[in-house]
Order: sequence, then C-alpha cells, then structure tokens
Amino acid sequence: MRALARLVARADGQGGTVLVELHGETPLLLRQTPSEGGVATVHVVGGAAGPLAGDDLRLDIEVGPGAAVRVHSVAASVALPGRPGAVSRMAVRAVVHGGAALHWLPEQLVAAAGCAHLAESRVELAAGASLRWRDELICGRYGEAPGGAVVHTQVDYAGRPLLRQSLAVGPHAPGWAGPAVLGGAPATGSLLVVDPSRPPEAATADGSVARLPLAGGPATLWTATAPDAHTLRAHLTV
Amino acid sequence: MAASSLLLLLADGRFPAGAHAHSGGLEAAVAAGRVTDLASLEAFLVGRLATAGLVGAAFAAAAHRAAVAGAVDPADPARSAARSRALARLDAELDARTAAPTLRAVSRRQGRALLRAGREIWPHAPFGDLPTGRPGGAHQPLVLGLLCAAAGLSRTETATVSAYATVTGAASAGVRLLGLDPYRVQALLVGLADACDGTAADAARAADDPPERLPAAAAPLADIHAEVHATWEVRLFAS
Repeated sequence: MRALARLVARADGQGGTVLVELHGETPLLLRQTPSEGGVATVHVVGGAAGPLAGDDLRLDIEVGPGAAVRVHSVAASVALPGRPGAVSRMAVRAVVHGGAALHWLPEQLVAAAGCAHLAESRVELAAGASLRWRDELICGRYGEAPGGAVVHTQVDYAGRPLLRQSLAVGPHAPGWAGPAVLGGAPATGSLLVVDPSRPPEAATADGSVARLPLAGGPATLWTATAPDAHTLRAHLTV
Repeated sequence: MAASSLLLLLADGRFPAGAHAHSGGLEAAVAAGRVTDLASLEAFLVGRLATAGLVGAAFAAAAHRAAVAGAVDPADPARSAARSRALARLDAELDARTAAPTLRAVSRRQGRALLRAGREIWPHAPFGDLPTGRPGGAHQPLVLGLLCAAAGLSRTETATVSAYATVTGAASAGVRLLGLDPYRVQALLVGLADACDGTAADAARAADDPPERLPAAAAPLADIHAEVHATWEVRLFAS
C-alpha cells in the first residue's frame, strides 16, 4: 500500500492553533481529537495491519509560526513481512517554524520476525522552534527475534545539523544485540527535547538511560534501553 | 612499498597519538557486567565496528576526500577556503552523530593528540584548514583524514586505519581489563579482519555522499556507557 498524509497547522491569532490541512489515506489516517491549552491534538489511526513489507507510507507535517501541535497514535504499529525482498517504509517529514511547537509522541514500533522496515524521520526546526520527538522500538513480539528494522532520525536546528542517528536491528545489523549496542535489551528508544527557553542541562546516566545535551542547538536527547515497552516509556517520560 | 610502510606506521598503536589510553567504551561495558569473556568481547567489537567504527571511518574518508580534492597546490588560498568550509561542515555533522558530550570531548581530545604528531611529521599538510572555533580542537577522524592524505595514503587505506583502530584499541584494552589470553584475542582480531575491511570499503564509498548522508549508525549503550564512565573517580582508561 502507498499512502500520503498531510497535516498543516497555523496559529489562529488568539493563542490557539487551527489545522488548515488534515488528510490521510488508508492505512495512514489522521483524526483531530480535543485540544488542550491551545495545542491542536491529532491521532494517527492505523487503518490496516502493518506496515507490511512493500508498504510506502509518508506523513508531512508543517507547523506555522506560533502554532502548537501534538501527534499521538492510537496503537503500536507492528512492522510485518510482506512480499519477499520488499521493504516497508514510513517517512515522516516535519517543518516547524519559529515560535512553533511540535510534540511527536506516537506509540511503539514493533519489529516483528521477518520484517524489513525503514522508519525515516526528517525534521527541520527554525530558530526558536520547540520539539518533543519520541521514538520507541520493540525488537520482536513477545519471545521472538526481530526482522530487520532501521530507525533513522535527522534533525536540523536553524539550518545546522542537530541530530543524526540511525539505529539498525535484526539479522543484517552486526552486533546489534551485543554489549556495544543494546546489550540484549528488547526495547530501546529516545526522546529529543528542543526548547530554546530551557537552560542547558548537564549529562547524566545510569545503567540503561542517559540524558545527553546536544552540540548543535538548545536540545537534550534522552536515550534508553529497557527490558520491556513499559519500562522504556517510563525512561522516556520527562 | 613506501605506501605500505606508511600504512603500517599510521595504523600502529605505537603511533604517538595516545590511542593506548582509551578502551573505546570497553571499560564501562566490563564494569556493567556486559562484557565478561572472549565471546562477549567479540560481540562488543562486532557491534562497535558496525556503529562507531563505520561512522569514524566514513568521516576520516570524507576528510581525506576534502584534503585531496581540487588544486594541485595544497596552499592555494581558494582551495584552502573550500577545504575549510568542507571540514567545518563535517565537524558539525559529526557532532550531530555524537549525542554523548563525553564522546564528543574524547573525539576532540584524540584529535588534538593526533594533530600534535601530524604537525611535527607533516608540517606542510593543510591542518590549518581544520575548524578552530570549537573549544577542544577538531574531531579525531577529521585530523586522521588530513594526516593520511599527507602521508599519501588512499581514501580506502585511510578508512582502514580508522576502522582497524576502533577494534584493536578495544581488543587490547580487553586483554588488560579481563585478563584474557592475548593469543585468543589476536585470533579473534584475525577473524574480524574481513569485517574490518568491509567496513572500511563501505566507509570509503560513503564519503562520496553529501555530509548529511554520511553513515550515522547509533549505539545507545555506547552513549550510556560513556556518560557513566565519565563520572567515575578512578579508571584505568580515559574513555
């Protein structure tokens, strides 16, 4: 399946946000839900199982100056095998203008056995934009080894590179489960917080989660590994 | 023949750039109980090669590309300005791939040590085009790329020096930290030689891509281990 969804938000001039464009295609459907405190809230509703290998899904988001949007999903997405040799792809492109805020807080991505999935996010933040971007990856359903999955994140702030990371798991990613990468943890993820009003924070870490101030802008990355999705969410809720 | 000896000299752990002081994250992984024996050391090295090893080698290869591109005269001012821009861009891109501030600082510290050796040995190499605005100096792979270009190594040889150092440094730290049999560890490195060459070849190819598309392979535990290690009061290795 191929699907293109698009979300465009603008400030309404009275402290709120209006969604001037909101449309999706099965299986990538967008639904506006009640907003909280001037933040427009949208849920991504999976209109079909998957993504299945061969699916090509794309979501474009634009948040205009001063607008604020929060995006959730109603359920975890489970990347599944499809046609032999095919790859499923979920590409998210987001542009966030000055004074605007985007909260991207979807449910987990589960890499099921035999899947071949690429989750690719590209975010452009203008100077003065805010972002909260969470990615959570569960390596296999319960008791199962995952197929191939790559979670690629590319974020620029004010025209400078802020974050580039590409986490690969599965049979084509050498050493991914070993002690240099995930140490056998079936759940991993990160939360990127970009907030120009927040004072810089020092790095901290314990055995499975770290808070990392980034070099390219007013940003902090939380990165974690966990024994399960629930613990991971607790690490990445700040 | 000369090129081969230079390749060996630059890849040698005795090259005076302080590499022996670093364990490549192994000391923290051992303390966390994640690396305990030869098998888990191998898994560590394989994962490190595919992540930090690939990224470092690709940036060394890209810096080598910036060093040798263009005019014949390396001191040509227009050429020097173009090289400065390319290296500054690579520096920012490598920062964006190094989320842990401790690892950024370690890379710059190792870059500084390598630069000291490079300036003495190849005084006419264009080290002056490395970005200077950053406290702490230039990232190690950038310095390595310029240094290997000055030595006349090819781009692939440059990537090989970089990838090789990521595994051998951590492997010899493994001998010291875990008291492993050095023959067995050496055999393990022999077994990884093909993977190391493959990583170097991938890195050299990737250097043709624009900087934002260079490899960005991430390893959550490398970031976590590095920040935990930085808080220790007593440690055997600097990283």
